[in-house]
Amino acid sequence: MKLPLRFLVPVLAFAVLVAFFVIGLKRDPGQIPSPLIGKPAPAFALESLGDPNWIVGPADFAGRPWLLNVWGSWCVGCRQEHDALMAIAGQNRVPIMGLNLWDERERALRWLADLGNPYVSVAYDPDGRTSIDWGVYGAPETFLVDASGTVVKKHIGPITLQVWQAEFLPLLAAGAQAP
Amino acid sequence: MIPELGHFALIVAFLLSVAQAVFGLGGAARRDGAWLAAAGSAVVGQFVFVALSFGALTWAFVERDFSVLYVATNSHSELPLFYRVAAVWGAHEGSLLLWSLCLAGWTLGVVAASRSLDAPFRGRVIGILGIISIGFQLFMLATSNPFTRLVPAAPEGLDLNPLLQDFALAVHPPILYLGYVGFAVAFAFACATLIEGRLDAAWARWTRPWTLAAWMFLTIGIALGSWWAYYELGWGGWWFWDPVENASFMPWLAGTALIHSLAVTEKRGLFKSWTLLLAVAAFSLSLLGTFLVRSGILISVHAFATDPARGAFILAFLGIVIGGALVLYAWRAPRLASSASFEPTSRESFLLLNNALLVAALSLILLGTLYPLFMDALELGKVTVGAPWFNLMFLVPMLPLLLLLGIGMHAAWKRGHLLTVRSRLWIAAGCAIAGALLIGALAYADLRPITTLGFALALWVMLSSLLMPLARLRARQPLPAAVVGMVVAHFGVGLATFGITGVQSFKVEKDFALAVGEAASIGGYDFRFSALRDVRGANFTGVEADILVSRDGEKVTMLQPQKRLYNSGGNPMTEAGIEVGPTRDLFAALGDNLGEGRWSVRLQYKPLIRYIWLGAILVAFGGLLAALDRRYRLPARARDAQTSAATAS
Amino acid sequence: MTPRRKRLLAVLAILAGVGIATALAMLAFRENLLYFYNPTQVLAGDAPGGRTFRIGGMVTQGSVQRTPGSLEVRFVVTDYRNSVPVRYEGLLPDLFREGQGVVAHGRIDASGEFVADEVLAKHDENYMPPEVAESLHAPTPMQVPE
Repeated sequence: MKLPLRFLVPVLAFAVLVAFFVIGLKRDPGQIPSPLIGKPAPAFALESLGDPNWIVGPADFAGRPWLLNVWGSWCVGCRQEHDALMAIAGQNRVPIMGLNLWDERERALRWLADLGNPYVSVAYDPDGRTSIDWGVYGAPETFLVDASGTVVKKHIGPITLQVWQAEFLPLLAAGAQAP
Repeated sequence: MIPELGHFALIVAFLLSVAQAVFGLGGAARRDGAWLAAAGSAVVGQFVFVALSFGALTWAFVERDFSVLYVATNSHSELPLFYRVAAVWGAHEGSLLLWSLCLAGWTLGVVAASRSLDAPFRGRVIGILGIISIGFQLFMLATSNPFTRLVPAAPEGLDLNPLLQDFALAVHPPILYLGYVGFAVAFAFACATLIEGRLDAAWARWTRPWTLAAWMFLTIGIALGSWWAYYELGWGGWWFWDPVENASFMPWLAGTALIHSLAVTEKRGLFKSWTLLLAVAAFSLSLLGTFLVRSGILISVHAFATDPARGAFILAFLGIVIGGALVLYAWRAPRLASSASFEPTSRESFLLLNNALLVAALSLILLGTLYPLFMDALELGKVTVGAPWFNLMFLVPMLPLLLLLGIGMHAAWKRGHLLTVRSRLWIAAGCAIAGALLIGALAYADLRPITTLGFALALWVMLSSLLMPLARLRARQPLPAAVVGMVVAHFGVGLATFGITGVQSFKVEKDFALAVGEAASIGGYDFRFSALRDVRGANFTGVEADILVSRDGEKVTMLQPQKRLYNSGGNPMTEAGIEVGPTRDLFAALGDNLGEGRWSVRLQYKPLIRYIWLGAILVAFGGLLAALDRRYRLPARARDAQTSAATAS
Repeated sequence: MTPRRKRLLAVLAILAGVGIATALAMLAFRENLLYFYNPTQVLAGDAPGGRTFRIGGMVTQGSVQRTPGSLEVRFVVTDYRNSVPVRYEGLLPDLFREGQGVVAHGRIDASGEFVADEVLAKHDENYMPPEVAESLHAPTPMQVPE
């Protein structure tokens, strides 16, 4: 059966196009899959930012969904997402714990005093050891942990209300329906 | 309860789509009458359940059920009823359900109108449409469920984007989707033809009215979008070559080439592989457009909420459907070569050139739209392709196309004797050039070459279109709807060209800082800012300006632009004041309070802009007339007799 | 002329036409590619001087200044690492706001100020240009920067 080359051109051109689309999709930084998704949230017990005698960790939220937001006063995107975080905190749907990374207590506390504090507690991780357990490689990053203590979502980069509505809330709603 | 029923109905619809695909394609392969009949029933069932699902979602919106996440994100208790309904398709999930409803509707139409079609062929067409339905419904059920609950329910919704709280934009998606999705019918017919390896051109006759109807909807949808952008976005532009706009324009160009190519295939059995490829391309571009605007892969000022996970799904779907069709094409199309010949000045020749030029324009726009993506994927930087490039690239193939359009309309099939009309065409050409020079000189005191060329081509197309029915009437020849449709549509193209030439050549847009009592002048009109007051609406507050427009001292109109602040979310919106006239639009938009009692105001003088949309409406109307031609509504044998009679004339 | 010659001529004419058109297209293309840069890149000198490009970022809080009574407005575009002042004369889009994303189209003048001929804000109150979003995720530093 003859197969003149010109008839193959459309499908080959399409294949090239799809290849570019695949590359293009993969490049979105907010969607790099985390190996932690579906696994239990790594435990930690760190000093809280404001009070070294108060130890905080995932155990504080056993049985309910919560957010972990990784930030630092040096982090540009954290400044940008702050408004959105305050709004999310204001909704009182899930508690947010901050994980203060690679920072100095004074500067971090001043940052929160200046801009507002959306967190119920902030864990102080100056050398980043805990963040390594969570697969964190930059800030800001936000994790959603469900009521059973499993990490169900990771968002890389500043969070927006759009992302919150479109990606986090459905997971929360789905989780609320499951036994 | 109702949302859960809606969700359930969607699941049932999905299962019926699967049945439709299996029984349709399987029944055709096995030549099993029972299976084929079952496929038809599955189509009816699918439509019923998709409609039920859509109805459930609409009910949730109308009843302000904020326990449904999608409703809470896109509606508000103060939203008027009309917009509560329009909000159903205001965002991603709901618009997918609308897509699915449109597809179910078109499929039902095909089933109802094609009883005399060869049963296995029909089964294949239904089956392929079923596969597409599966894709969209699976997409919804897996990643974009409109019925997800919000627990606890929100006390108030986030409101529909104020931009969408507008009549034109509210009806724009359903009309546009009817167009996009309608091309799936041609696609399915093409694939079925390729699967069966049919050598005859009967499928072209079947496909043509469906394609014309879909194309008509797409034309109206695009025109509506352009018109809306003009008055609502506040800045007076009517086309931006934005990726989302291009995503709708590319299928339209392919569709235009397709309806012309179908004419040749239907009448003369030629261009079969071209027509099949165009049928695949038109729908593929519709799907591609869907992918581009929902996956976040392209940066656009009006793309949907971006989500690469969804993008991956659509891409996979795209790969299967389009890739599959193109593989089918590569495998089967070589067999379909036709052997009839035609003269260089025959209609076939002109239509071939028409197709080539349209495909050239389409390819350039596709390149410009996708180029930023390629650059980004290869990490060569973040770029956008500017509007000037698109303008130029579109213009270059269109100029010869308009010229040839005027001649080609009169060319006869196969032999193409232009002798009889030649003299009249020369007269028309002369009048067109004279008319263009007159308009340029008298109305605008401007005889730039490109402008004169634009006007001349526009007049040429319009005059040439009118020559056709006049000649026929004089010869006492019949004037079937198809011919009238062609004339009207081509005249519309000329009219739109007239408008585009006028507005692009002579528009004036300027920003001013005006205090109450001050005036500015553009395009020969004086705009005096005479008053400013507070206003209040159902769900907004704001300010309104009175701008008195006069010319040579005589009052022309009072424009009243507003700057609104919507109650929910505090989004500001500009409502422009527009005065429509037979030769121009006058446009005023209110900006911000600049201090010292001054406000920023954008004034625009837009000559002939209305003719663009008027032309587009005529184009769509022409398509409708052609689709309703009697020969498509007659039984097969009588249809063939009519076709040969029409060819002979 | 034989029909065969006629066809050959037609093919050659078409190829020539396509060739010229392609050349035109490529030329016009490079002129019309609008590159996007964030403020850090602009200050680092990545952006082409004298040519139009797009700059994007967030509008710094409190940076919007109007010359009272005139159309001239100044504001600062930032990616929170670096900032570039922007000057624009004309109406700003409805959703232009301090603390929100913006993309401006124009060029850098001799004084380092970006003179915009067009200012764009997406029609959504949570818009952040995707290019800006990418540059806002900062990798973990080995040492806390001063």
